[in-house]
Amino acid sequence: MYRIDFNKLRFLICDDNPHMRRILRTLLHSFGAREAYESEDGATALEMYTHYVPDIVITDWAMPIFDGLELAQMIRQPDSKGNPYAPIIMLTGHSDKRRVTVARDAGVTEFLAKPISAKGLYQRILNVVANPRPFIKTKTYFGPDRRRNTNNAYIGPERRIGGEMEVMQQPSLLDKARSSV
Amino acid sequence: MAKEKPGKLEVTSFADHHVITQPNPLRKVLLRVPESDLDDPVGRAEKALAGLSGEFKNWMTIEADRLSAAHAAILRSGFTDDAREELFRAAHDIKGDAATFGFPSAGAAAESLCRIIEHAPDLDQVPSDLIRHHINAIQAIVRERTKLDTAATAGVLSRSLRGIADEFLTYANRDRPEHLEAILTPSIIPTE
Repeated sequence: MYRIDFNKLRFLICDDNPHMRRILRTLLHSFGAREAYESEDGATALEMYTHYVPDIVITDWAMPIFDGLELAQMIRQPDSKGNPYAPIIMLTGHSDKRRVTVARDAGVTEFLAKPISAKGLYQRILNVVANPRPFIKTKTYFGPDRRRNTNNAYIGPERRIGGEMEVMQQPSLLDKARSSV
Repeated sequence: MAKEKPGKLEVTSFADHHVITQPNPLRKVLLRVPESDLDDPVGRAEKALAGLSGEFKNWMTIEADRLSAAHAAILRSGFTDDAREELFRAAHDIKGDAATFGFPSAGAAAESLCRIIEHAPDLDQVPSDLIRHHINAIQAIVRERTKLDTAATAGVLSRSLRGIADEFLTYANRDRPEHLEAILTPSIIPTE
């Protein structure tokens, strides 16, 4: 069995709502964390990110100056002097699937929809600590691998171009249906 | 705090992407312990959250008043960009916080208001009563909780508002398929 030694982790919390920051601080301290820095906007969070070098960032989406999405994009600069690989957990009241996709494409590691729960937050932290994903760099994306699972049943074109095998030829669903008739 | 220096990056290059792996920089905070030594951090955190609950009503009142103030500013000066932003942000915060603070129906009404602000083609064309009723409902749920018979009353109120708002938004966006899709797609959060 594993447990997380929270007192060795440094967190950066970014949320413009003081009540939510208090909730987050309470949860993290109860988990055992001692170091949790707080900012109320994306710009301050970015400064604190460079200064304190947190192990994990927990950020809201909607914030003044620049928001959590922009913060994630600024952290995920592959050539930046800071650490572009830190796990980012986006904690947000946005709850539609489109937003999850946008956050994922900005390099967010985990998405946690409000209302927050102790269990949900703990699971996201456990996931980034115990199961870090490799990073993918393309012309348009730098961030954790967006493919969480290997799906052997996937049918369709291979969107990543490899060395020798550029496109995986897969029968279309229509062809499959026809051949099974 | 996890002082270990980042491990050496290993980069595997493909035609159109690179896969970058490094030894887990946080692996030292993962401790293998016998089952008997496992504590319950989630239970501890839930207890701590319950300890804060005495403040939730006050926090919720502050959030509801912020929403009313944002609405009052709009009634005075109209839907300027800043006023719209503040109304949305106040509603959005309630949407996210209210269930944690014990007011899930206020959160549902706030979500409905967020959808109106986000998807109405022209906020000046939204019936002013629709917005006002959402804000009044949130204030009532927060301030009159002890007087409302049960949470069910608040639930009925927020569901009715959502139904009316959805009907309005569906009609107003009948020629805007991207908004219509967003309006009709179910939330990733289970309803109360």
